[in-house]
Amino acid sequence: MSTTTPVAGRRKAAPAAGTTPGTPQGPPRARRTALLPTAALLLGAVYCLLPVAWVLVAATKSGSELFSTFTFLPGSGLADNLSDLGSYRDGIYWQWMANSGLYAGLGAVLSTTVSAVSGYALALYRFRGREVIFNVLLAGVLMPPVILAIPQYLLMAKADLTDSYLSVLLPLILSPYGVYLGRVYAQAAVPSELVEAARMDGAGEWRIFLRIGVPMMSPGLVTIFLFQFVAIWNNFLLPYIMLSDDGKFPMTVGLFTLLAQGSNTPALYTLVITGALLAIVPLIALFLVVQRFWSLDLLSGAVKS
Amino acid sequence: MTAPRTPRARRVPNGVRSAPYGFLLPAAVLFLLFFALPIGYALWLSLHRIDVQGLGLGRGARREVWAGLSNYTAALTDSELGHGALRVLGYGAIVVPVMLGLALLFALLLDTERVRARSFSRLAIFLPYAIPGVVAALLWGFLYLPDVSPFHYLLDRAGLPGPDLMDGGALFGSLANIAVWGGTGFNMIVIYTSLRSIPAEVYEAARLDGASPLQIALRIKIPMVVPSLVLTFFFSVIATLQVFSEPTTLKPLTNGISTTWSPLMKVYNDAFVAGNVYAASATAVVLALATFALSFALLRFANSRAKHRGTR
Repeated sequence: MSTTTPVAGRRKAAPAAGTTPGTPQGPPRARRTALLPTAALLLGAVYCLLPVAWVLVAATKSGSELFSTFTFLPGSGLADNLSDLGSYRDGIYWQWMANSGLYAGLGAVLSTTVSAVSGYALALYRFRGREVIFNVLLAGVLMPPVILAIPQYLLMAKADLTDSYLSVLLPLILSPYGVYLGRVYAQAAVPSELVEAARMDGAGEWRIFLRIGVPMMSPGLVTIFLFQFVAIWNNFLLPYIMLSDDGKFPMTVGLFTLLAQGSNTPALYTLVITGALLAIVPLIALFLVVQRFWSLDLLSGAVKS
Repeated sequence: MTAPRTPRARRVPNGVRSAPYGFLLPAAVLFLLFFALPIGYALWLSLHRIDVQGLGLGRGARREVWAGLSNYTAALTDSELGHGALRVLGYGAIVVPVMLGLALLFALLLDTERVRARSFSRLAIFLPYAIPGVVAALLWGFLYLPDVSPFHYLLDRAGLPGPDLMDGGALFGSLANIAVWGGTGFNMIVIYTSLRSIPAEVYEAARLDGASPLQIALRIKIPMVVPSLVLTFFFSVIATLQVFSEPTTLKPLTNGISTTWSPLMKVYNDAFVAGNVYAASATAVVLALATFALSFALLRFANSRAKHRGTR
């Protein structure tokens, strides 16, 4: 958390320091906390944390406690819930988590790679058809996923690939928004003079990309990786359509089917709730861990250009 | 190879000229396989139907035949689709203004001087972005469920009847809340970033002229972030039109959501439950065209506003 503070405070600090002595308000007011805005922000934070706090508590309850005790009162069943979830259908939940990790991890790596090379090419070369290629790729952002998913499913079926890991992985590798971000970062981070100089020294284009482009784009690439990881981890529709073998489900589809069964057997509710808690832990952990390597601001770097 | 930049272009070796095409090859192949080909196939499907002969048994009994525009006329006159579109418009009419209003408000608050707990609030409000839509719908679904909900518990204790949050008009608010909860943080960051790119001197000058923080926010900050507001509006509208996973997730918890609640749910249902991929493709193409038309109109509107501002 603290790593982002200096960035946020950088611009603020300068005028505050300059104005404190001279302004009519004087020093005491300048140091006072802005109460109302702070309270409003904290209220927003509470709203956003509420369901997370709820699932943290609810996952500790046994089946009977869930329906009988006040929702924010911790229960006594966390260990049981975890072991029930772990043993449910021979630990299929962990399989779903592993699948999600595989789809999101491998998918994000491949997607970031494709976004990086394409973005770099679109930013640093002038060539015939550049804008057409860029605009056609970008139009993909607007395409509703269901519209692609139906024919994608039918084509996968023709290729005998439905209900396979590849059927979920392959269609997600090319991300129009990822290519867009890749271009924005390459434009901002890689000076064309440097590329020219490397060319003068006789370096090949691929080598220049690997030795100069990739290192300079790396903060942006971390952002693209995270963006894709979250997008694939959160994806529901494509695996929902492509897969029928629940051993290949990602966590989202697995939890959904568990909930759908739970509506007939409320005993499964505690499993769904515990599963939901465990499902959000990895992403929150990922965000906290990589926070120092990326900036939220980069995600919206798109706006500035 | 007309090469407009003559002086340098002549020195460019062949390797440099072909390099960008090589770099773009993976994207081009993936685009053709997973975007262009499916779209073409969807168009083809939407113009065909299955012709069943006899009992529909045996290999040759079911043939794909040309259907002309009949799938399209069926889609456009389908009252279920119309109702779905209306529901999504009603849902969007809540989600988009509330979500962007909150995002703008929080971004302005984060940009206010002397605000405490800035990075904590920023992270907390952004947190829902990391939570899958399915899980978000599931969490809120339980919070809406009378037997489990803390709201119902408190109302019950106070002797008040709990509202049914997953049926009738309240359902729109409940679904909208999930989208607002999930999307506010991301949009807040986009707006906040563009707020921070405004040079400090602008505020200094305004403050010297005696402007209050509220005046600065209304007269300077909001007009300066209009481009990012347009962008977030654009993406929010498109995301709203495509709502699928949240109502699908809530469906097992309530009878208030039909299998055709949103247009995309109807497409899914037509294709994979009813098994009519031809009708589903036509509906999907109609939705895609509507999305493109709307996007185009929004972008034109935004551009004309930008030009208008530019000439003043």
